[in-house]
Amino acid sequence: MTEAIRKPPANPYVALLKDAGLAALVALGVGAPLLGMQTVPGGRGLALIPRPGLLLATVAAVFVGRFLLGLLFANRRSAARREAEAPPRIGPSPMARIGKLVAPGLLAFSVLMPVIPGIGRYEIDLGTLVLTYVMLGWGLNIVVGLAGLLDLGYVAFYAVGAYGYAIMAKFFDLSFWAALPLTGLFAATWGIILGFPVLRLRGDYLAIVTLAFGEIIRVVLLNWTTLTGGPNGMSGVPRPTFFGLPFSMAGGEGTFAGFFGLEPSALHRVTFLYYLILALALLTNFVTIRLRRHPVGRAWEALREDEIASRALGLSVVAVKLTAFATGAMFGGFAGAFFATRQGFISPESFTFIESALILAIVVLGGMGSQLGVAIAATLMIGGFEVFRGLEEFRMLVFGLAMVAIMVWRPRGLVSGREPSVSLGKRGTIGSEHVAEGKG
Amino acid sequence: MTASATSGPLLSVAGVTTAYGSIVALRDVALEVMPGEIVTLIGANGAGKSTLMMTICGSPAPRAGSIVYDGEDIAGAPTHLIMRRGIAQSPEGRRIFPRMTVLENLRMGAEVLAGAHFEEDLEKVTALFPRLKERLTQRGGTLSGGEQQMLAIARALMSRPRLLLLDEPSLGLAPMVVRQIFSAIRDLNRTTGLTVLLVEQNAFHALRLAHRGYVLVNGSITMSGTGAELLARPEVRAAYLEGGRA
Ligand SMILES: Nc1ncnc2c1ncn2[C@@H]1O[C@H](COP(=O)(O)OP(=O)(O)O)[C@@H](O)[C@H]1O
Ligand SMILES: [Mg+2]
Repeated sequence: MTEAIRKPPANPYVALLKDAGLAALVALGVGAPLLGMQTVPGGRGLALIPRPGLLLATVAAVFVGRFLLGLLFANRRSAARREAEAPPRIGPSPMARIGKLVAPGLLAFSVLMPVIPGIGRYEIDLGTLVLTYVMLGWGLNIVVGLAGLLDLGYVAFYAVGAYGYAIMAKFFDLSFWAALPLTGLFAATWGIILGFPVLRLRGDYLAIVTLAFGEIIRVVLLNWTTLTGGPNGMSGVPRPTFFGLPFSMAGGEGTFAGFFGLEPSALHRVTFLYYLILALALLTNFVTIRLRRHPVGRAWEALREDEIASRALGLSVVAVKLTAFATGAMFGGFAGAFFATRQGFISPESFTFIESALILAIVVLGGMGSQLGVAIAATLMIGGFEVFRGLEEFRMLVFGLAMVAIMVWRPRGLVSGREPSVSLGKRGTIGSEHVAEGKG
Repeated sequence: MTASATSGPLLSVAGVTTAYGSIVALRDVALEVMPGEIVTLIGANGAGKSTLMMTICGSPAPRAGSIVYDGEDIAGAPTHLIMRRGIAQSPEGRRIFPRMTVLENLRMGAEVLAGAHFEEDLEKVTALFPRLKERLTQRGGTLSGGEQQMLAIARALMSRPRLLLLDEPSLGLAPMVVRQIFSAIRDLNRTTGLTVLLVEQNAFHALRLAHRGYVLVNGSITMSGTGAELLARPEVRAAYLEGGRA
């Protein structure tokens, strides 16, 4: 015992190097069969090709990464101590201040993205996909991040929106623009239908029931063949028009290209879809930001913080929960309608549990309640999926590890600071003239 | 305002029985609180004090009995409607909103008034608890225990209640802070005539503050009287010193 006390503290770098070495060893062990060998169909059966270069690069990357991570953590620990000793911070956190710069930058980039030279159809398509998940993340953020209701079946509302539009278009011949508000309304109704039975549930129980709800919707879509086409899905979902002007490669009078005197191009529709989802996502963001400063949104956050206290302050917990479910579902429905019109074809396969999990991961990773965090997390996740497409089935593994790493590094998500939703009209706190009055 | 509201008790609980499933927590409880009074309910841990507070607020609803507030029976009414009639509670364990700022917590208290008179009432409660004024932009969860209790009371006051229910405001606080909080309650009662029902295990302080008191033992009221009377009774000393099962 005494010896251990007398021993001088070990050099932190040595410990870090040891730790990194151990990680590299594990990477070598795991990587040797997975990365070090590749099977290719040869002349007679499969042939094994060794890939020592890739293996070595991976092991080196793990070593360096682990070492840097260790350094970073050492710094963070002292930063945490400094924070604990500092007087309580008043005003926005540094992260929130950075956010004030990042958010307008991201917005400007997303608005200008399609017209940046060198951006082609692939990039715009990817941007559209990312924005779809940003919107879904923001929608679910209302339910999970703000109201604190763990919903594992959010994809159900996405499906309701998508099928809602497809059915309205097929059976009632409604255009996208006429159907869009209806799909939102339709999904919000389903949000309330889900909300009622789960009013008394919390935490894990709520999660299980919402998960089941998501599956029920999918199974119904799969089996109601006359309406939804069952597993074959619904094809020929009408494409959106530019306020009545269809996008057509033929060009001519009543088309988008013809009307504006442009050369018909496939890029027009793609770009239009991009701006459409950008507008829908920004609408979601705008409504959420406004609602947070409105009694409805404040009540959501109070509910997340403490249900019993919320009730004791005269909030109707029923109304608060139902508005959260309905609002979140509505935006899911909008996103679903967009998905249907973009794809032109929908099937129950697009609305599996993994989608709900992905959207929830975006919300959690983003920082549960942070609009900017959700946008960044959606970009990283969906963008990352594309970047690592080459890894095929290892993609999920890489993502799992990345998520674990981020949650270890920032347990409260990428942007964990919370902007207060109430501030005094005047600058600072109460002016001295009011303090004097307060005595009476 | 009805005639009964001005002349009779502000709150009158009679024959109230409350149970959680098969566990009966309150048995045939009766108590009255007159307008402008501070009434305390003392009893040991598990006697049913918090259950009575929550029953008055409608969660859980009583199995039997009546709860008449301001001349109307509110037993069985939904909680959020009861809390809109001028009853406010600072619940056991304070239950402030930890990630919200002090200002936001106070704003939630004013929600039943839709934020009317918010700034005016904010000045009043921060004059009552000056420590909150310095901390308006601080998150509730980072306040000290005493400050959190002040915030819980201030938040309840933001709804301009006529009846304030306080559930163990002294719980886990240093004697200095308890004195501060109790003196704030006394001032409030003297200057504004606010009616207070105070639940305490800390019977000594509570009985000295209150006009009248009740002793709750195992879900039943066993004694009542003025604060001074109860303090003088040996059974009362026994009741709160020996675990409320006298
Ligand atoms: N939510 C609940 N479910 C079941 N039993 C409860 C619940 N709350 C309180 N009780 C029981 O009711 C009795 C009274 O509790 P409580 O009112 O909290 O007492 P006090 O506030 O006087 O300490 C205790 O026996 C307690 O175990
Ligand atoms: Mg209690």
